[in-house]
Amino acid sequence: MSLEARGVVAGYRRKPPVLTDVSISVPAGTIVGLSGPSGTGKTTLARVLALLDAPRAGTVTIDDQVATGTRFAVQGDLRGSVAMLFQSPRASTDPRLTLRSIIAQPAEVARRPVDVEGVAARVGLTPDLLTRRPYQVSDGQLQRACLARALAQEPRYLICDEATAMLDAATTATLVRLVEAEVAAQGVGVLLISHDEELLAACCSQVSALADLRRAPVQR
Amino acid sequence: MSLRVENLTVRLPLPNGSVVHAASDVSLDVPRGTITALVGESGCGKSILASAVMDQLPAGARRSGSITVTTPQGALDVFAGEPFRGLHAALVPQSAATHLTPVRTARSQLDETITTLGSPRTSDELAVRVGLDPSALDCYPHELSGGMAQRVAVAGALAGDPSVIVADEPTASLDRALTDRVLGLLRECADDGAAVLLITHDLASLVRTGVADRLAVMYASRLMETGPAAEVFDDPWHDYTRDLLGALPSRGLHPLPGSPPQLTDLPDDCVYFLRRPETRQSGGPTALVQVGDRSYRTLREVA
Repeated sequence: MSLEARGVVAGYRRKPPVLTDVSISVPAGTIVGLSGPSGTGKTTLARVLALLDAPRAGTVTIDDQVATGTRFAVQGDLRGSVAMLFQSPRASTDPRLTLRSIIAQPAEVARRPVDVEGVAARVGLTPDLLTRRPYQVSDGQLQRACLARALAQEPRYLICDEATAMLDAATTATLVRLVEAEVAAQGVGVLLISHDEELLAACCSQVSALADLRRAPVQR
Repeated sequence: MSLRVENLTVRLPLPNGSVVHAASDVSLDVPRGTITALVGESGCGKSILASAVMDQLPAGARRSGSITVTTPQGALDVFAGEPFRGLHAALVPQSAATHLTPVRTARSQLDETITTLGSPRTSDELAVRVGLDPSALDCYPHELSGGMAQRVAVAGALAGDPSVIVADEPTASLDRALTDRVLGLLRECADDGAAVLLITHDLASLVRTGVADRLAVMYASRLMETGPAAEVFDDPWHDYTRDLLGALPSRGLHPLPGSPPQLTDLPDDCVYFLRRPETRQSGGPTALVQVGDRSYRTLREVA
């Protein structure tokens, strides 16, 4: 039971690939850390693993099942099995929606029932916040809502892409503890991407540097 | 060549009738040649202090107290209306990449700053001072990395050889290597004689680099504790400082209970007891108690 990338090559449009032959495994029920400086392809790998972007070569496997497409073209039983928490909660929420609608949206799109109050309580959002819009809450509260949105999809795997980089130390600690609680309670597998190596060391069972996951392309 | 904030209180009235308590009776000294770091959670009122020092408070703000910049020519009241921005006190903004004008090169913006201030410096000279290759100045802001753009912003702040430099979250969303470079740059500015006020929520970098000489901890518009940074990190005297430091990954990643308070319509005294009821330093009239070169907020003794 794991989320795996094998031999992934990926990059932007026609430019040379930023990822060449990268492999990583995120076992269910664990937190795996991924570190590396800015601009080395951490987010590209996250988007490939979340089935948002297709790799040029290589495969993404979810619980031993190879993903055959991206986004809505993913086969039905894998769709929604990987959720993502982005760096900027402001950039990843619709400013016109209330937090309640933001949290419910992915489940509604998938026509699944969703217990917004229950999942909001799990991430420590009080009910009075659910009627507010993003500009009426802090970054920390909005990132909690984004975590609730991710959990409402009942994902098997969660990818946190620098999800705490914009948050202060106190809010970071709160968010990381919430993610740990979900790992323990639901057996979710988490890939935690951060340039904060102290943070990764404090909460991950295993930490990889992106540079170490990469093999040089075979010379012909 | 120093910055002195005395009993600064800032209130921002909102259209709906409520009032934001942005700063409450804040007093802070930043002597020349030193870095004072002002830390606290997001939304505690740190940045409003930067706006106040630059006399750029939002329109309609009510303020009392004073802010004085001491320059080689004498003391200067920042609220007196004399031009001082860039010349005597300069701001390094958060997220320089969005602060720079996107349609002009870094060089043309630096040159304009130099001309406006009547500074004898050249843009190449400033670039070298902040560790940038002068050729990088011919780039447009979107062609620069976050760390390079931040260094352009520091170069702009240095153009007028200011006595006081205020840096508002200068390392937000930079990775560790770039953070260390920007903090190192501020350290050099202080070593050259400037008084630097560093506003940041990135405690981990402060602990790691030891760049700050003094630390001031803010919670819900009030200072909770001040003192030499190394001593406060080793032995915090206020419960809030201890809680904040305990949240660091290197110190156990302990979350604080609850959420940071909204600053709208705060009561007239410290509200930390609402967050941590067991504290014995909040929950009534409080005052900052000075002990040697440190101070901390605690309940006022009833005579």
